[in-house]
Amino acid sequence: MREYLLGNAAIARGLLEAGVGLVAGYPGTPSSEIIETLVNLKGERPPHVEWSVNEKVALEVAAGASWTGRRAAATMKHVGLNVAADPFMTLAYLGVGAGLVVICADDPYCHSSQNEQDSRRYAQFAGIPCLDPKNPEEAKEMAVFAFELSEKFNIPVMLRPTTRVSHAREDVEIGAAAARGGQCRFIKNPARRVALPIHARPLHSELLAKQAAIEEALESAPWNRLALHGNVGIIASGIAGLYAEEAALELDEDLSFLCIGAYPLPTKLISRMLEHVSRVMVIEELEPVVEEQVQMLARKVNPNVEILGKAGFIPRDGELDYLQVRNAIARMLGKAEREALHSPAVSILPPRPPSLCAGCSHRATYYAMRKVFGKNAIYPSDIGCYTMAVGMGTVDTCLCMGSSITLASGIRFGGENEGICCSLGDSTFLHGGMTGLLNAAYNKARITVTILDNSTTAMTGHQPNPGTGMTATGEATVQVSIEALAKALGAGLVETVDPYHLDDTLESFQRAKDYPGLSVIIARQPCVIKARRSNARSKPFQVGEECKGCKICIDFGCPAIEFENDKARINALCSGCGVCAAICPASAISEVAK
Amino acid sequence: MRTSVCDLVIVGVGGQGVIMISDVIGRAAVMAGIPVCGAETHGMAQRGGSVINHTRIGCRFSPMVASGGADVLLALEPVEALRFAHFLSPKGVVLVNTRPVLPSTVTCGQAEYPPLQDILAPLKARCNKVIAMDAIALAESAGTAQAMNVVMLGALAGYIPLSEELILQSLSLVVPQRFLEANKKAFALGKAEVE
Repeated sequence: MREYLLGNAAIARGLLEAGVGLVAGYPGTPSSEIIETLVNLKGERPPHVEWSVNEKVALEVAAGASWTGRRAAATMKHVGLNVAADPFMTLAYLGVGAGLVVICADDPYCHSSQNEQDSRRYAQFAGIPCLDPKNPEEAKEMAVFAFELSEKFNIPVMLRPTTRVSHAREDVEIGAAAARGGQCRFIKNPARRVALPIHARPLHSELLAKQAAIEEALESAPWNRLALHGNVGIIASGIAGLYAEEAALELDEDLSFLCIGAYPLPTKLISRMLEHVSRVMVIEELEPVVEEQVQMLARKVNPNVEILGKAGFIPRDGELDYLQVRNAIARMLGKAEREALHSPAVSILPPRPPSLCAGCSHRATYYAMRKVFGKNAIYPSDIGCYTMAVGMGTVDTCLCMGSSITLASGIRFGGENEGICCSLGDSTFLHGGMTGLLNAAYNKARITVTILDNSTTAMTGHQPNPGTGMTATGEATVQVSIEALAKALGAGLVETVDPYHLDDTLESFQRAKDYPGLSVIIARQPCVIKARRSNARSKPFQVGEECKGCKICIDFGCPAIEFENDKARINALCSGCGVCAAICPASAISEVAK
Repeated sequence: MRTSVCDLVIVGVGGQGVIMISDVIGRAAVMAGIPVCGAETHGMAQRGGSVINHTRIGCRFSPMVASGGADVLLALEPVEALRFAHFLSPKGVVLVNTRPVLPSTVTCGQAEYPPLQDILAPLKARCNKVIAMDAIALAESAGTAQAMNVVMLGALAGYIPLSEELILQSLSLVVPQRFLEANKKAFALGKAEVE
């Protein structure tokens, strides 16, 4: 049976068909829907699916299950692999029990990310095989194959979809979910489970020795396809192969093709291509992983072959598209290029940037923060919806998960004397902020840390976290107290406010600013999207005759407030938070009476 | 030579139901046994930002429609039609809902929303045909403004190589039962608008 599936849903389907016993991950675009799909399956759901506290935790939990004999997978976005890099590198030495698959979704063009690092480099660095799907169907098949490969060679395997695979949809063939086997046990084996130097040294040799066998096995994998035709060739990886094949049809050229979907690279297939052609173009998104190896092989196999790629033809940054690939091939062949079109009237288009929702409590918190700390204060921020408030002047930095607190500490110790008030969300704090807070307390950083607690992981689609009292599968669990955590980690002043109560929030920020040590403000108000879904909506507000058109509410930036005929007007987006009524100097805004 | 039977670009604003239209078309194509693929926007773009979906019917290549390649540009919002008009083929058709959703840059006075004729004129110059309709009004007369996207789906139905029967069958899989009648009415009103 075929179904029209999102790439990430196809991967989830593959995990089921491989009989996965445990899936752990941390939400991150474009990877989040893999676990969300599994969670919603109910009947067919693997025995254990969790949102972990962060990616390192997820990979270690998955490794533990693998060592207990259960097929396991960890999901994350590309930058999450940086967090999980520590277990990732050493797991390559220690190996697996049952199959272990690391699903790491890359984001060329930074659609929703702080960088566009190429995870194929990580796989190469660790000596871990990498499967690089071109579309959802291949991603599903690879998810199944990855477990077999992992078990055959006793090594974790990376599955690396990109945004255009994870968030593509396609008709995909669906198979039956596999059985998961019975009782599993952890079998003690210090030589393969305890990374002491005396164990690690031989394991490193073993890892290097098995690379050739892995390459040999992948050479015949269906994801590496060689078709020798004309004496001009294309070597393309992942989705770039689809662009190139389409271009060859449009240009009506009989090109030789090598499409690559599995690493370590198939050197025999590449060699056969290099022996056959006089000119070859290597087409891949981001890093020249394939191109470098093609260059090296050509020296041995056919030093006269002309190799085109990153130098002048294929960009090393951003994501490829059909036209770029088509034009690169056309240029190689001396054919006419086709100009990229632009919108016919760009100048009249009003920009439509993503922004904080109407009634988002982050806006209210930032308003109060800025009012108390002033324009000269330093505002390190973090990864989450609130980064979109960069226009409010309260987002001076965004580096990586949890870095707001540590950057704030460093800025203070670096010699900055102005007020320093950093901010991060509840999920980000629990992911990577707690160690930074502990460090700030231990090393006596005089900063204010604001935890924007909307009780969810909003940016990635409202996943639960340890502060919500609910697991990924909707079971009730311990609800961790962020106040108690902050105190235990050593913060001197800890206060909780409701940002919709502007006066209280201003007073709290003032006490934090005056506090001669490490202070923490927890600004707690549920995410307005979640509140709307659960119908916990307040009455909307309206602007009365008293409006003087001063635009203070407009500058507040809520999408529910418009300016029309020299007066403010509140539109249907109003969620009834009432913060605009508190900031209006003319007291012109009031609740709609019903 | 053509590498896809029909290339669609569906645009709008987060929350208008762009992805739902693509889902209905994709499921209908699967029922018809025609290969289909698409690409959509998640994450940042959903916070009130522009949303674009590519859907390629009868295609086994990448899910992305090339610049200048769209047979149909289906726009749930007028300014978004213009923003993504570079995808249109010169032989293409634009189906556009005339009801604006004001971006925050307009509501806070940083930018102006252009008059409808300034949006439609450059679109007409770029392609074969532009059909504009107030899909919100049509959806309201069908019983719910929420069905605006289904009005547009109805308008689109005659321009894609899938039977109306299959599209409606697919729609009934996607829309909750209690809203199905209103949505079918919305579909019919959209379809009548282009006949």
